[in-house]
Amino acid sequence: MAFACIHIPEFMVQSVVRAEPALRGSALVLISGKPPLWSVVAANSAALRAGVQLGMTKAQVTEFCGVKIRPRSEAQEQAAHAALLDVGWSISPRVEDTAVDTIVLDLEGLASLFGADENSARELSQRASRIGLIPHVAVASNIEAAILAARGFAGITIVPAGEEFAPLGELPIRTLLTDVEVLETLERWGVDCLRALAALPVLQLSERLGQEGVRLHELARGARVRSLVLAEASLSFEEEIELEDSVEELEPLSFLLGRLLDQLCARLEARALAVRTIHVRFELEPSFEKDVQALKDESRSKTASKEYVKVLTLPVAMRDSKVLLKLVRLSLQANPPKSPIQKIRMAADTAALRVAQSGLFVPRGPDPEKLELTIARLAKLVGESNVGVAELLDTHRAENFRMARWAGGTNFPSTKVTRKRRKEAVSSVEKPQKARQVASGFRMIRPAIAANVEVNEERPVRVSFGGMQGEVVAASGPWRSSGEWWQEDGWDQDEWDLAIDFALPGGLQEKNASWWPQYGVCRIYYDVPRRSWFVRGFYD
Amino acid sequence: MAAPSLAALRSKIELDLRGRVVSPFNYRDRNIFEIVSTGIPEIDAVVGGLPRGAMTEICGPPCSGRTSFLISALAARTADGEACALVDARDSFDPYLASAAGVALNQLLWVRCQNADQALRATDLLIQGGGFGLVAVDLSDVAPKIVRYVPLNAWFRFRRAVEDTPTILMVAEQEANAKTCASLVLRLNAKPAEWKEAVVKRSSVRDLRDLVKYPFARLLKGFEIGADVVRSRVQCANDLPAADENVVNEIIVNKFDARHTRHRAGVFETVVGAQDPCAPTRQSAKHRA
Repeated sequence: MAFACIHIPEFMVQSVVRAEPALRGSALVLISGKPPLWSVVAANSAALRAGVQLGMTKAQVTEFCGVKIRPRSEAQEQAAHAALLDVGWSISPRVEDTAVDTIVLDLEGLASLFGADENSARELSQRASRIGLIPHVAVASNIEAAILAARGFAGITIVPAGEEFAPLGELPIRTLLTDVEVLETLERWGVDCLRALAALPVLQLSERLGQEGVRLHELARGARVRSLVLAEASLSFEEEIELEDSVEELEPLSFLLGRLLDQLCARLEARALAVRTIHVRFELEPSFEKDVQALKDESRSKTASKEYVKVLTLPVAMRDSKVLLKLVRLSLQANPPKSPIQKIRMAADTAALRVAQSGLFVPRGPDPEKLELTIARLAKLVGESNVGVAELLDTHRAENFRMARWAGGTNFPSTKVTRKRRKEAVSSVEKPQKARQVASGFRMIRPAIAANVEVNEERPVRVSFGGMQGEVVAASGPWRSSGEWWQEDGWDQDEWDLAIDFALPGGLQEKNASWWPQYGVCRIYYDVPRRSWFVRGFYD
Repeated sequence: MAAPSLAALRSKIELDLRGRVVSPFNYRDRNIFEIVSTGIPEIDAVVGGLPRGAMTEICGPPCSGRTSFLISALAARTADGEACALVDARDSFDPYLASAAGVALNQLLWVRCQNADQALRATDLLIQGGGFGLVAVDLSDVAPKIVRYVPLNAWFRFRRAVEDTPTILMVAEQEANAKTCASLVLRLNAKPAEWKEAVVKRSSVRDLRDLVKYPFARLLKGFEIGADVVRSRVQCANDLPAADENVVNEIIVNKFDARHTRHRAGVFETVVGAQDPCAPTRQSAKHRA
C-alpha cells in the first residue's frame, strides 16, 4: 500500500500568485490587518532573501526595492485549497484533507492506470501545476512518512517501503507538525533533526513530553501508522478575485474573467465535469449619489456597496474557457454593470460532460459550443427575446406562441417514414389516395396595422390601410373569436378573410406601386373592445 | 542550375497550398450539388430540389406563394432531422401555421429582425457558425429598392460562405438581386384565390335563412401557384433532368388548403358557415380544436 502526499509550500503566497500569474518569480509579501496596522503575514523565499521578515509593517516593507505587496485573500486560499482537492480526486477517490496546504491520496490500485508510483507522483505534480500551484509530492508506504517527506523535500520524492527512517532523518525538527513549545523544548535539548529525535530513548521522552513525545518519536522513525480520514467530495466550484483598483472597462475586465474561467475550467477538467451555469457576481464600487435629503443638507451620502449578478445558463454543458469567456463578454456587453468593479466572484454549476458521439445516420447539426456563441451574437444584434425557438401556447389568441431558448440539441432523429412503412404504403397504392397538399403560408403583420373598412350590409366592401386602398372582391367571415375576458388583455374579435383588388383606378398609390400586390388575400379583424379594424396579415 | 521537373514543381505548389486549397490541380465543377427536396413534388420534378452549398432565390410579388414555398422547404428539412434557421427580416413568421404545416419548431432557430440590415448581419453570423441544413432569409416584406441596395459583395460573401458546406441558403424576396451568386432562382406567381361556398348538408329552414342572410358564408379554399425557373445552374447529381436556364417551366403547385387557418380560431364547430355577429360570443376552449 502506498500513499502520496501533495504539499504546497508557501501556500498563502501561491494562492495569490495563482490568481495573478504575473507575480510568479518576483519577491512577494502578503499583508493583513486593519488599514493603518498592516503587517506581513506571509512572504515567498525571494522576499525573505531580500530581508523581509514576518510581522514587519507595510511601511517597512515598502523600503525594500522590488518587493511586491498584496493583501492576503482568504477567498483565494479557499479556492486554491478546493483546487488542490480537485487534483487529488482527479487521481484517486480516496483523498484526505490533511491541512489547508496538504492532502494525502491512497494510491492503491492505480498501478494499472499510471504504472509505477513515480508515474503517479509525476502525474499529480503536473496536474497541480495545471491549476497554478507548484507542489511538493512524496510517495511513501505510510501516511505520516509521506506527509513529512512532502513537507521537507522539494519536487518529487519516493520513500521506499521499510526505509523511511533514512531519508526522513535529515529533515529539520521544524518539519514536524506540533506545538511551538514542544519544538522549542527539543531545540533547547539540541535536537535539530529527526535523526536526533529518533535516537532519543522513547521512555525518557515520554516522561518529559508525554504522549506527544512518543508520537513525535514514531514520526521521526517513520514508523507511525494510521488510517486515512477520507474527505467528502464537494461539487462547489468558486473562484474569486479582489482588485486593488476598480475596473470600469470591459477590455481589462475580460482578462480577469478569462483568468477566473481558466482556473475554473482547469478544476472542472480535473474532475471530468463541465459547466452548465455560470454565476458571476461583481462587487461594485460604492458610488456617491445625490440624495434628495442630502441635497437639503448640502452634503453627499455614501451608498452601500452594490452587487451586480450575471447568470449564464448554457443549453449544453461545456468546458472551453475561451467560448465561455466570449459568452460572458457578450452578455456583459448587452447589460454592463453600472459602476466600476472591485471584486469578482465566479461560481459554476456543473454537469456531466457532453457525449460527442451522436448517431451515425443522424444528420450532423451545428456544433453546440459554436451555436451557443452564434446565438449570443445574434441576441446582441437583435435582442435576446428575438432569438430562439417558438413554443406554441395552449390558447386561441392570435399570437399564440412564446420565444424559448434553443434547447441545445443539434442532432434530431428523422421523422421520415421508415422503409417498412414505405413498403406498406407502396403495397396499398391501389387505393385512391388524396394528393399531398402544400400548406398555405401566412405573413403576420406585427403589430397589426389599423385599417379603414367600409361596411355595407354587414360585410366589408372597401378597405384602406398603410396608404393602400382596394375593393373587396371576395370575403369570408365574420369568424368570431374571444377569450380570457377575465383578464386585462382579453380579446374579442371578428375576423374576415378578404380578397382585395388593389388595382382599381386610384387604388394603388405611386410610391407603393412597386411592392404591393395588385391583388391579395388578407386577414382583417374588427376589434370589438377598441371598435376598430386591423390588418393581421396576408396569405402568401 | 537544373530546371525542376514538372512533378517536383507540382508537389511544391501543393505543399505550399496545403491547408488552404484541397487539391489545386484537380478541376472542381462548382455546379454539381447535392440536391434535396423542396417539399413540393411538382417543383422537385422540374428543378430537382434545393442545392446544398449554394444560394437559392425565391422571388415574386406579395401573395405569390413565397411563404408557402419557404414553409414547405423548412418542413421537409426538419422532417429529415436537420437543424434550420429562419432570418425573418420583418418579423412576419407565423409559427402556429408553420407547425401545422409540419415544421418542427424545436429544430428551427428563429431570428426576428426589424430591418434588412439586421437580417443580413444575422445571416452572416448563422452561415459562419455553420451546421444548419437550411438557412432561410425572408426578405419578402422588405421593399425591393432596399434589397436592391445590398452590395453584390454581400451576396458573394454568402455564396462563398456556404460553398463546400451542407447548408442550403434560401432567400425569399420580391426581386432576384443576387445575380450570378444564386445557383437557382425561382419566380412564383399566384392565381386568384378560390373559395368554397357553404354547403348545407341538412337543409332546414333556419339554415337556408342563415345562408340568405350571410352570403359570405364561405371558406378560403386556396391558391394556385405557378413557378418560373429564372436561373438554374444546378447539375443534379442524382440524374434528374436539369432545368435549362432561361427556359420557363410552369409548375402548378397543388391548391392550398387554408382550412386549418380557420381552425385556429377554435371557436366554430363547422368549417363552413358564418356566425351571427350579434350573437353572444362563445369563450374559447382551453384545448386546441
